[in-house]
Amino acid sequence: MRDWMKVAGIHSSEITDERLFRQRRQLLQAAAAAGVTGLIASPASAAGTQLSGPIVKSPFSTDEELSSLETVTTYNNFYELGTDKGDPARNADQLKTEPWSVTIDGECAKPGVFTLEDILKPHAIEERIYRMRCVEAWSMVIPWNGFPLADLIKRAEPNSKAKYVAFETVVQEDLPGVKRNVLQWPYREGLRMDEAMHPLTLMAMGLYGEELPAQNGAPLRLVVPWKYGYKSIKSVVRISFVEKQPETSWNMAGPSEYGFYSNVNPDRSHPRWSQAKERRLSGDTGGLSSLFSSKSETRFMNGYAEQVASLYEGMDLQKFH
Amino acid sequence: MSESIAATNRLGLPALRWQSILKPVVFVLALTPFVYLVQSLLTGGLGPNPIDALTDTTGTLAIRMLLISLCVTPLRGLLKKTWPLKLRRMLGLFAFFYVFLHVSIYLVLDQQLDVAAIWEDLAERPYILAGTMALLILIPLAGTSTRGMVKRLGKRWVSLHRGVYVAGAAAVVHYVWLAKGDLIEPFVYLAILIVLLGYRFVKLLR
Repeated sequence: MRDWMKVAGIHSSEITDERLFRQRRQLLQAAAAAGVTGLIASPASAAGTQLSGPIVKSPFSTDEELSSLETVTTYNNFYELGTDKGDPARNADQLKTEPWSVTIDGECAKPGVFTLEDILKPHAIEERIYRMRCVEAWSMVIPWNGFPLADLIKRAEPNSKAKYVAFETVVQEDLPGVKRNVLQWPYREGLRMDEAMHPLTLMAMGLYGEELPAQNGAPLRLVVPWKYGYKSIKSVVRISFVEKQPETSWNMAGPSEYGFYSNVNPDRSHPRWSQAKERRLSGDTGGLSSLFSSKSETRFMNGYAEQVASLYEGMDLQKFH
Repeated sequence: MSESIAATNRLGLPALRWQSILKPVVFVLALTPFVYLVQSLLTGGLGPNPIDALTDTTGTLAIRMLLISLCVTPLRGLLKKTWPLKLRRMLGLFAFFYVFLHVSIYLVLDQQLDVAAIWEDLAERPYILAGTMALLILIPLAGTSTRGMVKRLGKRWVSLHRGVYVAGAAAVVHYVWLAKGDLIEPFVYLAILIVLLGYRFVKLLR
C-alpha cells in the first residue's frame, strides 16, 4: 500500500506517519505483497508439518464444504500479530512456539507447569470439522485436529470451587501487536465449567492434518464452535480454574458489544454488525465470481443448538449475551 | 519539480508549462488506486473476503480524497498561488466517485439489496447513519459541480458547497465509529480534518 501510495503521488507523510500504516486494517498491503503474480505469498502457503499419529474422525463433524487451507491460514484475527486480517500470516514467523509450556493452576488437585508434549501425550487426535462464525459476520468451515478440553480438565482434577475456566494467550513483547496496546494483554478468555466440559469444546493442535500455523494459534488453542470466534482463544499458555467469572479481553474492551457468553445468536444485534446473516468464506479468492457469493442466515448457536442449548436454559440470552 | 519551477521563473519565461499538465497528472494519480483495486480483484489479491476488502479500501480512499480536496483552500492560502483551485472540482468529484463506489459495494455486493438488512443497519448502527449523512450531502454537491450550475447558483453555490465540511466530518465520524480495536488510522484522519477545518475557522475569526 505504501508503495502504491507513492505511485499515486500521495505522500503518506501528508496523511500519517509511515510507521502507522503498517497496522492499517486493509487488505491492499497483502495484495501489494503478493505482487504481480497475484499469489498470496505467505509462510502459511508453505507445506506445514504433518501431525504424527493416527487421526480419528469425529461424529461431531459437519459435512459442509471446507474452507480452503489458504483461506483458513491467510484471513485471521490474531491481534498480537497485527490487526489487519493478513498480518497474522505475514508475521507468523515472529511467534516463538518452541519451547512451549502451559500453566494449569487454581482450584484443582493437580496444578503445574506442563510442556506441550506433557499436555498432548495422553490424548488421541480427532478430526472435528466445525463451522466457525466470527462476530464480524463471516464464517468458515475448518477441519480441526485436537482432543476434547474435558479430557485435559479431568486430568487436572478441579475441585468443587472451580466454577469457571480462565485462559490466557502468550505475551511475547516483540510481537508487532503486543508493542501497541490495541487490547489489554495478555488476551484473556473464559468459559463456565459446564461449557468447558461440553464434548464439543475442543483443544486443537492442528488443522487439515497439519500442525497449527502460528496465525491460527500455534501450538495449542481452544475451539468453541457455538460461540463467536474470539472466544476460541489462541496460543494458550495458562488454564486456571476459578470461582468467579473471569475477565475476558473483548468484554473488557467493549462490554456492551462483547459479552462473556458470546453465543452465536442472530437475534442479538451487535452495534457494528447485524448478526442475522453471515458470509461463508470458502476459498474462491480471485475473480468476479467471488463477489456474488450470497450470504446465508446465521443459525442460533451457530447450528449447534441441539447439543448446547440446554446449557443456557432459563437464561435471558439478550442480557447474558 | 519545485526547483524546476523556480528555475523557470528566474529565467523569466512566461507561461508555466507545468501548470498545463497539472490536471491530467492529478487525474491519473487519483484514478490509480481504482485501477490497482480492479487489478487486485481480478488476480485474487484481495484475499479470502474480497467484498470486505473492497468496502474497506473504497471507504478509506473516499475519506482520503475528501481530505485531499479539503486541502485545496489552505494550500492556496499558504502558497499564495491560485493553481490549487484548478484542481478542486476534480478532487471533489473523485472523492464522490470513491464514495459512490463504497456505497454501491455496500448496497449491492455486501447487503445484496436486502432492504430489511439495510434498514436495520440504518436504524441500529449510528456509523451507518453518519455515512449516509455524508452521502446525502455529497450527492447535490456532485450534481452542481458543472460550470453552468456554478453560474446559475452564484452565492448560493458557495454556501451549498460549504456542506462538504459537514460531509467530511460525517465521513470521518463514520470511520471512527465503526473501527474496532485499532483506532490509529481513523484518529489520524480525524486529526487532519480538525486541522483543515480549524484553518478555515481561524481565517473566519480574523
